[in-house]
Amino acid sequence: MNDVVEITLTVNGEEVRERVEARKSLVDFLREDLALTGSHVGCEHGVCGACTVRVDGVIVRGCLMLAAQCDGCRVETIEGLSDAGEIADLQAAFEARNALQCGFCTPGMLLTAHDLLENEPAPDRARIRVHLSGNYCRCTGYQAIVDAVEAVAQERSTKR
Amino acid sequence: MKPSAFAYARARSLDHAIELLRGEPESRILAGGQSLMPTLNMRLSSPRLLVDINHIHALRDIVRRGDWLEIGALVRHVQAEEAPDVAALAPLIAMALPHIAHPAIRNRGTVGGSIALADPAAELPACILALDGEIEIAGAGGQRRVKAEQFFKGLFETALGPHEVLTKVCVPVVRAGERFGFAELARRHGDYALVGLAARAQAEGSALRDPRLVFFGVAATPVRARAAEARLAAADLNGAVAALERDLQPADDVHASAAARRHLAGVLLRRVVAQLREGGRA
Repeated sequence: MNDVVEITLTVNGEEVRERVEARKSLVDFLREDLALTGSHVGCEHGVCGACTVRVDGVIVRGCLMLAAQCDGCRVETIEGLSDAGEIADLQAAFEARNALQCGFCTPGMLLTAHDLLENEPAPDRARIRVHLSGNYCRCTGYQAIVDAVEAVAQERSTKR
Repeated sequence: MKPSAFAYARARSLDHAIELLRGEPESRILAGGQSLMPTLNMRLSSPRLLVDINHIHALRDIVRRGDWLEIGALVRHVQAEEAPDVAALAPLIAMALPHIAHPAIRNRGTVGGSIALADPAAELPACILALDGEIEIAGAGGQRRVKAEQFFKGLFETALGPHEVLTKVCVPVVRAGERFGFAELARRHGDYALVGLAARAQAEGSALRDPRLVFFGVAATPVRARAAEARLAAADLNGAVAALERDLQPADDVHASAAARRHLAGVLLRRVVAQLREGGRA
């Protein structure tokens, strides 16, 4: 029972060992302790999706998980996925279709869209909208985002 | 906002969790955290200790035991969504799960957490009540099992005692001829429902016997619409919709007026009865 917890985890493939305050969220830990500022802090109660990261292979809200809970976990952020080239096609499609303006929601959108395409290779527009429903964008009106995800779904399925 | 400071302890076993809870009066259980963390971040609650039960592996199983399907408290929404036993033996729960929040939240949120929190607009409490399910609870004095009818007591208030842990959610497995229906209305897919309805009935020819209609998002707890159930059992759908006037007393809030909620409840009842008659899935 501690106010400070020692954790060992991998972040984007690198082992990290840190002492963290028990109350610190995973997204604050990534941003403040590891300087990985690609995951954004929006609403801090799970509504907006800007803090989306991957823990042990599945997307989660970085604001609704404590860093202290991540001992032994494999955490991946937009920086890791981007550097690995895992979502290069999605990023290119977002840029080509103006699927972002201010960019605040984009890391979360990309992780969530990638999660959908990994699990469902040929989603229709309605499925794309349902899967992205937990990620707010206040600039684009979503149309261009859905266009981009749909285009990448088609691209990826022709490559298979 | 950021939560106020608290200590964190990882429970190694159910007994260890109960011991930790008994050792600190201002403690809370951390399961999926998808509702707890928002209340902490908004400082609606400021416990001194969080007891993390995520590593109690015994709470993660979905098991059929005779005529019951037992869902461990730590089964995550996504795990229940993908479980063949839930789809085959508890179809109502399978119908409701995709409506719960969003994929990133369903990856962490737990079945036990949804029931223990008892949010009045949440899907699973209504399903468990519609199915006449039971909740298994462990405490220092041993285990007990509470019927859903007695479990949901008030707004976020349940039969759980302060040092108790919800361990299983149990529902009767589907019977021959049993039909299910589920629908909800929300402004955005995955948001809490303005109004929702979970229902079961026994099909006999074209009749629906023993219907249980449980509305959520319209009162402090999920509520059975008993007058509407009686009209529906008499094959009077219009009468059932009219009877909702007696069954439901929703309040006005920022999301919808009481009149709008009552109207939407009638719309949902017609949709869900169509599902019950078809015998199919939502």
